[in-house]
Amino acid sequence: MFGDYTLGQLGSIFVMQGFAGLILFSVFLLMALGLAIIFGQMGVINMAHGEFMILGAYMTYLTSKLFEAWAPGLLAGYFFFAMILAFLASAALGALVEWALISRLYKRPLDTMLATWGLSLMLQQVYRSVFGAREVGVDLPPWMLGSWQATDSIEIPINGMFVMALTLLITIGVAILMYKSRWGQQVRAVVQNRVMAGAVGINTERVDRATFALGCGIAGVAGSAFTMVGSTGPTAGQLYIVDSFLVVVFGGAQSLIGTIASAFTISQSRSTLEFFTSGSMAQVATLIGVVIILMIRPQGLFATKVRR
Amino acid sequence: MSSNSGNSDGFSRRHILSGLAAAPALGLLGRPAWAQASVNTTGLAVTDTEVTVGILHSVTGTMAISETGSVEAEKLAIDQINAQGGVLGRKIKFIQEDGASDWPTFAEKAKKLLVNDKCAAVFGCWTSASRKAVLPVFEQYNGMLYYPTFYEGLEQSKNVIYTGQEATQQIIAGLNWVAKEKGAKTFYLLGSDYIWPRTSNKIARKHIENVLKTKVVGEEYFPLGHTQFNSVINKIKLTKPDVIYAIIVGGSNVAFYKQLKAAGIDLSKQTLLTISVTEDEIDGIGGENIAGAYACMKYFQSLDNPNNKAFVSAFHKMWGDKTVIGDVTQAAYLGPWLWKLTVEKAGSFDIDKVAAASPGVEFKGAPEGYVRIHENHHLWSKTRVGRARTDGQYDVIYETADLVEPDPFPKGYQ
Repeated sequence: MFGDYTLGQLGSIFVMQGFAGLILFSVFLLMALGLAIIFGQMGVINMAHGEFMILGAYMTYLTSKLFEAWAPGLLAGYFFFAMILAFLASAALGALVEWALISRLYKRPLDTMLATWGLSLMLQQVYRSVFGAREVGVDLPPWMLGSWQATDSIEIPINGMFVMALTLLITIGVAILMYKSRWGQQVRAVVQNRVMAGAVGINTERVDRATFALGCGIAGVAGSAFTMVGSTGPTAGQLYIVDSFLVVVFGGAQSLIGTIASAFTISQSRSTLEFFTSGSMAQVATLIGVVIILMIRPQGLFATKVRR
Repeated sequence: MSSNSGNSDGFSRRHILSGLAAAPALGLLGRPAWAQASVNTTGLAVTDTEVTVGILHSVTGTMAISETGSVEAEKLAIDQINAQGGVLGRKIKFIQEDGASDWPTFAEKAKKLLVNDKCAAVFGCWTSASRKAVLPVFEQYNGMLYYPTFYEGLEQSKNVIYTGQEATQQIIAGLNWVAKEKGAKTFYLLGSDYIWPRTSNKIARKHIENVLKTKVVGEEYFPLGHTQFNSVINKIKLTKPDVIYAIIVGGSNVAFYKQLKAAGIDLSKQTLLTISVTEDEIDGIGGENIAGAYACMKYFQSLDNPNNKAFVSAFHKMWGDKTVIGDVTQAAYLGPWLWKLTVEKAGSFDIDKVAAASPGVEFKGAPEGYVRIHENHHLWSKTRVGRARTDGQYDVIYETADLVEPDPFPKGYQ
């Protein structure tokens, strides 16, 4: 397939393909981060993760409509407001869900799976009733569309770079929060030994609620960012849930580094394979690879102790 | 007309007159136009004043996005038919069931509509998978299904009327057009990974290679729900095809066009021909992301004819001004009308008589223009090419001179 091309052309294609891989990496990491906190740190299998993302997407849609109607002049910057709103809405819903549902099921981890799956079905129907069954189109500010012409033949999508920057920011934020802040220390203490953590004076309930809300909030931001590259409909969350779990489980549930490494491995292998074979084949090959590695290393790439 | 309705001539004149008058009063006028026994010998749910039909679509689950429009169109058609006096003097009453985007559920609900409710006709299904699931049910219990979606062909049943186009009707005219108008020599075929895109691309490839004598430079499929297209977009940049031929469906569509635009592929310069993006899909994709692309199907909301103007305004009146109408929505609208015309031609609601009377039934009031049912239970229809505008509508820039014959088992294309 490369016969008729000059070295220069091939070079540009490989640069663009490299960026395609990096963008996919950012997308995977962004959608897995919220889940890594909830599943990794708390051990809660949140099947409704995708629906929290879509809540963020719908918030973005609403914000864009609000700005269009009331402040058309500020439309260029509405996306930042939208992301903040998406975070707040998803986090608030997360806190509510934690209080109403999850907190009652900490001793029955498998039941949380069923409960959150039910929650995801309910949320889908709520979106369908409120926003309609059809997909909605989120208008993007013009500066986010199109591509950046690096050289004559190298074009990098602007929204891809935006997602990369956002992912970098949020990952650093989460890392600092988890490993450098006092709150992160409490979270890790609760994860390791809930009873002891309570005994030394940590309010475990509050820590749980905040952790769950944070994870959901990040999912909301991810959903908001994905309005740039994906669809916004009642069931669009289902498109992300499998990949999110794949990344988190493959990385080793409790490790942030693991999540990053896993997102990187999966995205690079998929995007490279997709280039040389086809979309369906790439997916199949990647999944087979992940299955084999998990058979050899059931705890994932990077793992500490698994919570019992 | 059937033999046992021979005594009904005197009534049929009254039927016509009362049909012209306000229909709701019909039941009060006295005897119905057609005696019960003569029009229904098989125990369907037909009374002297009412006939029951079924609507079977997904209003929940992932397919609700697409099927909502069909439900709306079918309800509109039923409303309009009732306002004109119903079918053989009987008002249509519908029972709606939800297939819930789940194919076994479709089969179960189809059985319920046929066996419990004894529906005289069912308007429904959208995906080929759901149609394949209900087909044995319709054949076993002898029901009548009006199926609205354009689909891959390779099927024909006494119990189904296909009101959408089969693959050759939709594909060949579009490819001929792009080869002639754009001088296209190379094609890159894309699709979601299931039966309809694969069969359609197979037909497209045969036509491109054997008839047009041009070249396919790439063919690729993506899992349903795939959201990352950057790699294939790079491949497209590398191979520089004259035409990108895309049959991507559902949420993937939105991701594909957004990423195509973000990657700097300008659809005003790069020819892209799709058979899977109707006005319904553009709603989610966003007009500015797909403006300039060409779509090949039989109906566009912007078609300029009196039938369509009346249809669009009635649709907007019933379902809101912002609702868009895509190809399948229009085809779904044809279902109840074709059924009414066929029943009146047969003079009976009996499934066997309706099936036998179907070939040759003409509908002059179709929004897409004149259509006629073929012996193979598909429709003769024109095929059109539209170009997407930023406002989410298409400019119709080409239509075939004649009706295209439906050919569900095309020779040389399999």
